[in-house]
Amino acid sequence: MANMVNLTINGIAVSVEEDKTILEAAKHLHIKIPTLCYHKDLCVAGNCRVCVVEQVGNHKLVASCATPVAEGMEINTNTLKVRNCRKHIIELLLTEHREECTKCYRNGHCELQALAAEYQITNQDFIDLVPDKNYTIDMLSPAIVKDDSKCIRCQRCVRTCAEIQSVGAIAVAHKGSEMKISTFFDRSLDEVVCTNCGQCIVHCPTGALTEKSYVENVWDAIADPDTHVIVQTAPAVRIGLGEELGLGIGTRVTGKMVSALKRLGFDSVLDTDFTADLTIMEEGTELLTRLKRALVDDDPEVALPMATSCSPGWVKYIEHKYPEYLPNLSSCKSPQQMFGALAKTYYAKNIEVDPENIVSVSIMPCTAKKFEANRPEMKDSGYKDVDFVLTTRELAVMIRQAGIEFEKLNDESFDSIMGIGSGAGVIFGASGGVMEAALRTAYEIVTGREVPFDNLEITPVRGLEGVKEATVKIEGTIEAWSFLEGVELKCAITNGLENAHQLLDAIRKGDKFYHFIEVMACPGGCLGGGGQPFPVDNEIRLKRMNALYEEDRNLPIRKAHENPEIIQVYKEFLEEPLSHKSHKLLHTSYVKREQY
Amino acid sequence: MDFQEKLVQNLVSKYGRDRENLLPILQGVIDQERYLSEEVILKIAKEMSIPAAHVYGTASFYSFLDIEPRGKYVIRVCKTITCAMKGKNQIILAIEDFLKIKVGETTIDKKFTILQTNCLGWCHKAPAMLINDEVYTELTTESVVDILREYKAKE
Amino acid sequence: MTTTAAKKQLHRIDLIFKHEDDCKEILRNAFSRSDQEIVNEMVNSGLKGRGGAGFPTGLKWKLAAESDEKEKYVICNADEGEPGTFKDREILSRVPHKVLSGMAVCAKIIGAQKGYIYLRGEYKFLVPDLNKELGKFHDILDDLGLDFRVEIFLGSGAYICGEESALIESMEGKRGEPRNKPPFPSVRGFKGKPTVVNNVETLAHSYTILKFGAKKFRDLGVKDSRGSKVFSVSGDTPIPGIYELELGMTVQDFVDDFSDGDCKAVQVGGASGFLVPRKRFGKTTIGYEGKLTGISLPTGGSMMIFNSSRSMYNVLNNYLEFFEEESCGQCTPCRVGCQQLLKGIRAVKRGEKPASYLDQLLKLTETMKLTAKCGLGQSVANSFSSIVENFREEMIY
Ligand SMILES: Cc1cc2nc3c(=O)[nH]c(=O)nc-3n(C[C@H](O)[C@H](O)[C@H](O)COP(=O)(O)O)c2cc1C
Ligand code: SF4
Ligand code: FES
Repeated sequence: MANMVNLTINGIAVSVEEDKTILEAAKHLHIKIPTLCYHKDLCVAGNCRVCVVEQVGNHKLVASCATPVAEGMEINTNTLKVRNCRKHIIELLLTEHREECTKCYRNGHCELQALAAEYQITNQDFIDLVPDKNYTIDMLSPAIVKDDSKCIRCQRCVRTCAEIQSVGAIAVAHKGSEMKISTFFDRSLDEVVCTNCGQCIVHCPTGALTEKSYVENVWDAIADPDTHVIVQTAPAVRIGLGEELGLGIGTRVTGKMVSALKRLGFDSVLDTDFTADLTIMEEGTELLTRLKRALVDDDPEVALPMATSCSPGWVKYIEHKYPEYLPNLSSCKSPQQMFGALAKTYYAKNIEVDPENIVSVSIMPCTAKKFEANRPEMKDSGYKDVDFVLTTRELAVMIRQAGIEFEKLNDESFDSIMGIGSGAGVIFGASGGVMEAALRTAYEIVTGREVPFDNLEITPVRGLEGVKEATVKIEGTIEAWSFLEGVELKCAITNGLENAHQLLDAIRKGDKFYHFIEVMACPGGCLGGGGQPFPVDNEIRLKRMNALYEEDRNLPIRKAHENPEIIQVYKEFLEEPLSHKSHKLLHTSYVKREQY
Repeated sequence: MDFQEKLVQNLVSKYGRDRENLLPILQGVIDQERYLSEEVILKIAKEMSIPAAHVYGTASFYSFLDIEPRGKYVIRVCKTITCAMKGKNQIILAIEDFLKIKVGETTIDKKFTILQTNCLGWCHKAPAMLINDEVYTELTTESVVDILREYKAKE
Repeated sequence: MTTTAAKKQLHRIDLIFKHEDDCKEILRNAFSRSDQEIVNEMVNSGLKGRGGAGFPTGLKWKLAAESDEKEKYVICNADEGEPGTFKDREILSRVPHKVLSGMAVCAKIIGAQKGYIYLRGEYKFLVPDLNKELGKFHDILDDLGLDFRVEIFLGSGAYICGEESALIESMEGKRGEPRNKPPFPSVRGFKGKPTVVNNVETLAHSYTILKFGAKKFRDLGVKDSRGSKVFSVSGDTPIPGIYELELGMTVQDFVDDFSDGDCKAVQVGGASGFLVPRKRFGKTTIGYEGKLTGISLPTGGSMMIFNSSRSMYNVLNNYLEFFEEESCGQCTPCRVGCQQLLKGIRAVKRGEKPASYLDQLLKLTETMKLTAKCGLGQSVANSFSSIVENFREEMIY
C-alpha cells in the first residue's frame, strides 16, 4: 500500500496515494481538468499544456497530468491566470490546425473542437499559420488517412504505435516550427510498417488520423438496382454500435443492428459469426493436423506454435517484423475473408444470383480489415471477395444519415444462409475468444466430451491481461485421436502488438513453448479495435467484453461445430475441413515485407 | 556488402547496439557520407532494433544530422545575431557568387553545400562559419573566397 | 563620436584562466577530506550554476549524494548554444584539467563512476586535445585511486540539448526533448539514475574553491551573487572577447569599460536573456536574485553590445527566428507561441496588424512564461518584452 499524501484542490482537501498526479487527485474530487496529450492508455507526455493549474507558491503553472502530488500542496484549477493561459493555448493550437470543422470527418467527435467550444474561442486574433505550412494529406493507404493539417502534435498516436503496438510506423520528426508526426522519410502509410490496426485513430483527439471511409461507395451500391448488396457484421460491432449511437457502453444491439441494416437497404443481412464458426472448424483441424505431424510423424518441418490469423493487423505485423514466423501463422483467412470468398461462390449459387452482381460489404470493428480486403490475393472467388469494409463508426454514420431512430428499432434476425452464428463465433470479438471457441470444438472432436469447464466458459483465457496462458490436458481421447492422449496442450493468448512482441521474443529465446497462440492486434481484441467508438480505455474495453460474453451465454448454440449452417456448408459445398475446396477458398498465404 | 553496409556494421560493432549509442553511430555515418540516406537509416534501424521511423525522427531533430544529400564540404555560415550584425549576408553572397549556388543547394560536382546555422560560439570573432568540422572566423568577402579556393583545389 | 578609453576599468579577475598545473595536488587534498566537508565548502562558497539558471552547486551535489542508487553520473554541460556565449569553449580549451577536476570531486562525493562531457557538435575540433587531456587525467585518477572515467559525448546541432533533461534524452539516443520535472536529474537522470549536470564554468570554479577555499570565492561579488564570472563580450565593442569579472557590477560599469561610447542597449544573457536599454544601465546589476539597485539579471555570461545604428526590430526578429527553429517543438506554448511572435512582429512592421497587436503578443509571452515545459519557451518572454517595451516605436515604424 502506497503512502497517502494530503493536498487541497480548489480549497477542498483530498488524500491520495503518493504516486498519483494532480490530475488524478482532481478526478477524485470530480474536478475536471481539460487534457489533450494525456491518455489513460499511454505514458505521460505533458506537452500540450492545456491541463496547467496553479500551485500556490509557484509562480509558474504546472501541468497537472505530469506533476506528482506532494504533501501540503495547494492547487487551484480555475483561477483567472489558469483560464487565460488555457485559452491562449487552445487558441495557439487552433492557429496551427486547419479549421474546417464542418468539413471534417471528426466533426462533433473532436476533442479540440470540444475544448474550443468549452472555452468559447469566438474571436481568433492570432495569425493563421496554416497557409504557410506545407501540410500533406496521405490518402494512399486503403485503411487510414493521415491529415497533417489537423494534427496538434500531442503525440498520442506516436506513443500508441510504439508503446501499445511496438510498431513504430510513425514518429516525431524535425524540431521547432517544423516538428511533425512522420513516417520513415514521410512516406505514405501504405508503404511503411503500418499494420493498419487503427489504434492511432482511436487515440487521436482530432481528425488528423481517420479511417478511409467507404460510406459513399456503399450508398452508391445500395442505390444501384442491378446489384445485390450483402452485408456481414463482425461480432464486436454488435456491442460497439449502440455505444457509438449514444446507448450505454456495452449495450448489446444485435437485433436493432440487423433491423437498421435492412432499413438501410442491404439486400441481405448476414453474420460474420458464421465464418467465425467456420474458422474454428478449419483452424481447429489445421491445429490437430499440425499436432499429429509433430507428435506422430516427428515431422521437423511443422511449425509450432500455430498462431491464429484472424487479426489482419497481427498478420501484417508478422510479415514486417517477424517473417521467420510466417510458417507459424495458420493458413486460414480471417472470418471476413472466408465470408467474402463464400459469398460470391456458395451463397451466390444458393440464392441464384450472378456473383458478378454481388457487392459484398462488411462491417468491422477494425481498420486493418480494409487493408485485408484489398490484398491482391483476396480474390479466390474469382472476384474481389469483399468489396467494401466499413467500421462500426461508419455504420453509425449511415444510420444517422438515414434518419433511423436506432434506439426505437425492434429486433430482427439475420437472413440466411450464412446468417447463423454460435456463441463461439460471437466471442471471437474478445481477446481469448478464438482460443475458447477452438477449445470448445477441438476438445470435443478429440474426446467426444465437452470441455471440462462450467457452462463451457473457459475463464483462464478471458480478460484484458497482456498475456494469458492455459494448459489443457487431453484425456480419454477417442480412437482416431489417441495419439493426443495425455498431451498437455499449451496455449497462450495475447492482445496488443507490444504484448505479442514480448510473447514472440520469449518463444524465440526458448523461454516459452506453446502449441497454439491466439494474437489480436488490438488491446482487448476486436472489441477494442481501430474501428470502434471513441474514446476507449480499459474500463470501457471491459464493459464491451462482458457484453460479448453475455451475448454468448444467451445464444442457443455455443459451439461452432453445432452450428447447423456450418454442417450444411460442409455437406453441400466444402465437403470437409481442409478439403481441396476449403483450401482454395478459405486458406491463404503470406508475404515477407520491409521493415520501415 | 556495399560500403554503407560495412560502415554501419563497423560503427554498430564499435559503439554497441543499445539506443544510447544512436547519436555516435549517426555521427559516424555523417563523417563519411555527409548525410544519412534512407538505406543507411534503415540499416541502422535493423541493426539496433529501433523502428526506422524513430531513427529518422531522431536524426531529423539534429541540424548536423542531415537527411538530404550534401556535398563533400558542408559550409555552415552562422546567421545568429552577432554574425548577422557583422555582415554574414555579404559573406553568403560572396560564397554563393563563388560557388554559383544558393543557400541550401549543392554544387553539381557534389563538392560543396551552403547552409546557414545558429550561433557557432565565435561571436567575438564574427562573422564565422564551419566547413565540415573546421571553424573559420573574422571572415571578409575576400578571405572567404580564399578559403573556398583552397577547398576547391583539394581532392 | 568619441572612442575615448573607458572611464573606469572593471577589476579583471584571473582565477579561471590562470594556468596552474597542480590539479593532482588539489585532488589529493580534496580526496583526503570528508565528502561532507567538501559539500560544506561548496555550499559556503555561494557558488551558483553558471549555465544560466543559477542553482546552488553545493546543494545540487548534496541532493545527488543523498540517493542510495549505486549507479550515478556526472555530466559536464558543454553544449553552450546560447547566442553570444563562447566562454565554455575557451575554458575547455585552456584549462580543461580544472573542469575535469571539478567533475572528479563531484563524482567522489556523489559516488559516480562515470562522467561525460556533452560537447556541442560545433566544438568538435576540441575533441583531439580533450582526449589527450582525458588520458593524462585518468592516469592521475588511477594514481589517486579514484574509480572514475570521463568520456566525451558529442552533440549534433540542437540548442535545446543544453537544457539538462534534453541533454540527457539526447545522450540516450533520442530527440532532445526536455522531460517533465520533477523528477529532476539529480534524482532520475541519465539512464534513470541520479545525475549531476553542471556547466563547464561551474566545474572550473569548483576547482578555484577547492584550491583557495570558499572564503576567497565568497569575498568576490555581492550578496547572493558570489564569486567571479566569465563573460563573453561581443557586438559593438572595440574589445570583444572573454573576461573574468566580479559579479555584482551594473550594466553601466560594464558599458563604461567595454563600449566605445556609442551604446544603445546591452543584451544580457543571450537571446533568452534581457535587453537592457541605456536608461536602465545604472539600475541593473549582473548577478543572481539579489535585489540591489534595481533589477538583477542572472546570466550565462553573454553580454552583447548594440550601438545606435542597430535596429532593435532586426535584433528581435533574429532572436525569434532562432527560437522558432531551436524550440524542440513538443509543447504548444513554445512551438506555436514562437511562430506567432515572429509572424506577429513582422505583421505589425508591415502594417498588417495594428500596433496594439504588440500588447496581445506581450500577453502571449506571459502565457509562454507561465506554461511552457522548459526554460526555452519560458524565457522567450525575456527578450521579447524587454525589447518591445523599451523600443516599441522601432517595432512599428
Ligand atoms: C534552452 C536551454 C538551454 C540551455 N543551455 C545550456 C548550455 O548550453 N550550457 C549549460 O551549462 N546550461 C544550459 N542550460 C541550463 C541547464 O539546463 C542546466 O541548468 C545547467 O547545465 C546546470 O548547470 P549549472 O548549475 O552548473 O549551471 C540551458 C537551459 C535551457 C532551458
Ligand atoms: S518550452 Fe520549447 S523547447 Fe521547452 S519543451 Fe516546450 S517546445 Fe520544447
Ligand atoms: S494533458 Fe497535461 S500537458 Fe497535455
